[in-house]
Amino acid sequence: MAAHRCRYLACLLLLFLSVILVTMSQETTLGHEQHELVIRPLHSGDIYASFQFRTVWETDFMKGNKVSHYRLFPKSLGQVISKFSVRELHISFTQGYWRTMQWGQPFIPSPPGAELWVWFQDSVTDVDATWKELTNVLSGIFCASLNFIDSTNTLQPSASFKPLGIGNGTTDHRFLRYATLPREIVCTENLTPWKKLLPCGSKAGLAVLLKSEKLFHSSFHSQSVHIRPVCQDRQCKSSSWELRQALNVVFDLHTSGQSKREWSLFKMFSRTLTEACPLASSSKIYIDVTDNPQEEQFELSPATPLLSQAVVLGDRRTFSVYDLTQQVTFGTVRSLNLMIRWKSSEGDMLRPLLHAERYVTGYGLQTGEIHTLMYNNHPFRSFPVLLLDSVPWYLRLYIHTLKVISKGKDNNPSYIHYQPSKDRERPHLLEMLLQLPPHSVTEVTVQFERALLKWTEYTPDPNHGFYVGSSVISSLVPSTVAMETNITMEQPLFSSFFPCKEESSYFARVYTEPLLVNLPTPDFSMPYNVICLTCTVVAVGYGSLYNLLTRSFQVEEPNPGLAKRIANVIRRMRGVPPL
Amino acid sequence: MGLLSDPNRRQALINLLTRLNAPICFVCYFAGVAWFMGLAFEPFTLRTYMSENAMGSTMVEERFPAGERALATGREFAAHKKKVGGMPVDWLVKTMQARGLEVFTQSFSRTLPFPDENTERYVVKGTNVYGILRAPRAPRTEALVLSAPCTPGDNNNQAVGLLLGLAHYFRNQVYWAKDIIFLVNEHDLIGMQAWLEGYHHTNVTGMDWSPLQGRGGSIQAALSLELSSDVVTSLDIVLEGLNGQLPNLDLANLFYAFCQKIGVLCTIQGKLQRSDWDSASGYNHAVQTMMLMVMKQASGRPWGDHGLFLRYHIEAATVKGVNSFRHYKTDLNAYSPITAGIYRLTRLHQSYFFYLLPSLSHFVSIGYYMPAFGLLAVILLLRALDLWVQLSAQPSRTEDGVSNPGVLSVLTPLVISHLTGAALYMLPVRFQEVAVEHFPVSETEAVVLTAIAVYTAGLALPHNTHRLLSGEGTEMGWRVLKLVALLYLAVLLGCTAVINFSLGFILALTLVPAAAYVTPHVPKALSAFFLVALSPACTLLFSVFFFQELQEMPVSFQDGWLLYLSVIAQGMLDHYLYGSLVFPLVALLVYPCWLLFWNILFWK
Repeated sequence: MAAHRCRYLACLLLLFLSVILVTMSQETTLGHEQHELVIRPLHSGDIYASFQFRTVWETDFMKGNKVSHYRLFPKSLGQVISKFSVRELHISFTQGYWRTMQWGQPFIPSPPGAELWVWFQDSVTDVDATWKELTNVLSGIFCASLNFIDSTNTLQPSASFKPLGIGNGTTDHRFLRYATLPREIVCTENLTPWKKLLPCGSKAGLAVLLKSEKLFHSSFHSQSVHIRPVCQDRQCKSSSWELRQALNVVFDLHTSGQSKREWSLFKMFSRTLTEACPLASSSKIYIDVTDNPQEEQFELSPATPLLSQAVVLGDRRTFSVYDLTQQVTFGTVRSLNLMIRWKSSEGDMLRPLLHAERYVTGYGLQTGEIHTLMYNNHPFRSFPVLLLDSVPWYLRLYIHTLKVISKGKDNNPSYIHYQPSKDRERPHLLEMLLQLPPHSVTEVTVQFERALLKWTEYTPDPNHGFYVGSSVISSLVPSTVAMETNITMEQPLFSSFFPCKEESSYFARVYTEPLLVNLPTPDFSMPYNVICLTCTVVAVGYGSLYNLLTRSFQVEEPNPGLAKRIANVIRRMRGVPPL
Repeated sequence: MGLLSDPNRRQALINLLTRLNAPICFVCYFAGVAWFMGLAFEPFTLRTYMSENAMGSTMVEERFPAGERALATGREFAAHKKKVGGMPVDWLVKTMQARGLEVFTQSFSRTLPFPDENTERYVVKGTNVYGILRAPRAPRTEALVLSAPCTPGDNNNQAVGLLLGLAHYFRNQVYWAKDIIFLVNEHDLIGMQAWLEGYHHTNVTGMDWSPLQGRGGSIQAALSLELSSDVVTSLDIVLEGLNGQLPNLDLANLFYAFCQKIGVLCTIQGKLQRSDWDSASGYNHAVQTMMLMVMKQASGRPWGDHGLFLRYHIEAATVKGVNSFRHYKTDLNAYSPITAGIYRLTRLHQSYFFYLLPSLSHFVSIGYYMPAFGLLAVILLLRALDLWVQLSAQPSRTEDGVSNPGVLSVLTPLVISHLTGAALYMLPVRFQEVAVEHFPVSETEAVVLTAIAVYTAGLALPHNTHRLLSGEGTEMGWRVLKLVALLYLAVLLGCTAVINFSLGFILALTLVPAAAYVTPHVPKALSAFFLVALSPACTLLFSVFFFQELQEMPVSFQDGWLLYLSVIAQGMLDHYLYGSLVFPLVALLVYPCWLLFWNILFWK
């Protein structure tokens, strides 16, 4: 008995020890957490706040080993990527359109509505079925209508979406699926599940600022989740999973500030910061002060001695850094409330090097034309762009009318991938590689015909119109750093003869606005009227025609008189033939 | 249907129809007119109601504090306009930018086919300025337009002031779901046409415009402001657009609902609503209102800047501030919430697109007014039936007929009258230079007088030439021709009435008696006078006088004639500038059809 108990105790002890050992080992290897908030005062006087939460999970189940311990990595997502053999997953929910002309380039671009693109591992045999299942699961996780993704809005782009993580194995685009839902409306119900994925939830650290009533009182709101494999170390012998949750929001201080041009964390988020998330290994706030070296544009308080420089989107920017893991940052009041007071007035519109717009032309409900304009505002360099256009099947593209014109001349794409649509099955897919000449507008036009849908295929409120998702323009844009003429100031002469520098161009993705297209729509009170009318017409028309065809016409004998009829009755009774 | 399959009864019916043809036609005609006049009687019409549930008017904030400021902006605008001597583009751009809009300009130029003497313009160059208020968290798929024309002289400055005031007010609101475009268009309709063509990248009328830089997606609705005084006593809504198109009735309902809610006087056709519908004067008032609408709709021209939007399936109306009812006084502070309220618009599709309004609170839908036209059109069919019966009865008598009328005898007058029509359409504008060289007239006069000359020459042409080509006309010849002409007219009027009821009805009112009555055997001189009096040109002349009478601005014959000439010129300009179809319809189809009847009268 005693021996028995002893053994039992030993077992317990062993178990306990092993648990401790495991957790300790995972403490050191199982990933880390980075939190970041970048605030950029924009030219237009708006404020751009970009949150990024990065979780790295140093485990590798690409080879199929089951994992049950997740720690910082959200289990719901971990299970999804392991179950569906996802290599990379990018999902974004956006409410509003990023105004490139006023705000410049965003850190993480996204189209209005929902966007999802997934690279599956090579081991997946039936990609379409997996994709279908995956969208339904994600729909549940993010409380979004991703279950409306089906074959009619799913694409397989051949070139526009390359894996962003380490690419072991092929990048065969059979394993890629891309879909957008331009009509998706993003609201608090999508924000809450997104916040739950964070290690501290919205309880501590930067995430306390994510108050939905403020975030949705803005000009632009976008939240995204990006999962990709990254290298664990320099040799890249093993990979780990990186989860990035990003939330971009632009506040319009004109409407909320009552014409006072100043803002603070409290004004924007109705919260101040008191601590970092204890699970985060780093937690920082960056404030873009590039345009403001001598504080002539705005005044920032409290001041920070920490400055950092980085090349962001081809432009050298300077940031004031607030490290939330340092107690000093919070000062004596134990809370951080950053404030900016503007001094200058609203600026003009920007001329970003690359921007695009798209619209439908023409009138009437039969045909139309889609115009996509791409602006290259670089004074002397041309650069290539990859245009991805997806159009639903009910707009039947006349692909022979496709025209690409820059500066009044035809611009021949060096690569075209076109997949025609199939009615009720798949959309049109058009990918083109184009060279945008310097300082030019390139116009891509294609005509289409509006299809007449079956009456059950109309969406609710069909008179509102049908959405066509944004086109995607992926490009290598020459960076402004490379444009600098006074490069000789800082660098030795021998280093700068050839203009090709390491960061001479940067990758940018621009989304155009979605389109709202009216299709010929029946009056839905009509079916009843039509049924009545057709029944009447058929009955009357067919009836009389049938009558005329089948009736035999005879000349009717005049009616015999009464006396004659009586006489006939009497004759019949007598057995004599009637008169 | 047994009626038709039974030969005896069919014969009886046909006999009845042929025997009583003339009385039935008379009855139909008067029934049609009576039905039409009855449409203005209030108990026969429907009350207007909002069909679109989403457009409840309860959400509107009723205060617009910046009325005074809008007037001040209007005065500032007027000063700059005077200084520049046209549209103060730079000032507008700066002002709109200061109000937080994305501002763009569009330049356009247009050479008119002939000088417009009413507005004294020939080569038009101008610039439109528009600013887009981007709705927060909206993906640029939908937009609404608020426009105010920049008219020369002292007109409409307050409208621009109000537009800028509203822009400022709207900028500070957060609830917008659609981008709002604030447009100040130069040269009224021409500027608006240029902007709309630029926005939709179409070119219907051959205008030169520079492409637009900024857009807001598909436009859902538009409102145009016209306001020329600091004090506003009532608001007038104008609905009639290009080619007689009307915006969705919900737009008018919404306007009416807001006016009722805020307690502002509102009018349509400049006429206040009256409650005494059962008195003779009350009925008379309703008839006047409805007839004004019919006349305006029949003209096919846009009666405000909104009229051009309708082509693009954008519901639009013009709201005019009127300062004429002296007893009532409101200020801009009341004007604006209405526009602000209307700016919750969505795509309106629920209510009627075809209607007549005898007052703002009552409407006549297509189902009610079409019978009036149907009663007139049925006369043509009855006459055609009569002729058909006569024609099918005849061959038995002229079995050995020397001259069975060939296709040629029908075709020749048809072709000749259509050629005359084509000449009426083409010659006036083509030959203006020649005319100006040889006669002491201006270009506009040349065009109008050429048109009248061609029209009159057409009267002489067909009945002389058909004989040259196909010999003597027979008794049967004119019957076949008349049968064809009657059916042609019936189809023509039917199609016109479906698209533009008012035009179809007015044409039917005059052409149907002429068509029904005319044969070669009536007294020539009297009938010729009768026929000319009922011809399209004379219809237009009467309409001009009638319209002036309705507007309570009667004119003398002299002025009326001058007005008539300018109306012809305007009609042609509307066609060339905005694509109005009334001029080609009359010149290419209605006039030739009338010529066929003229031809029958002089059949020999």
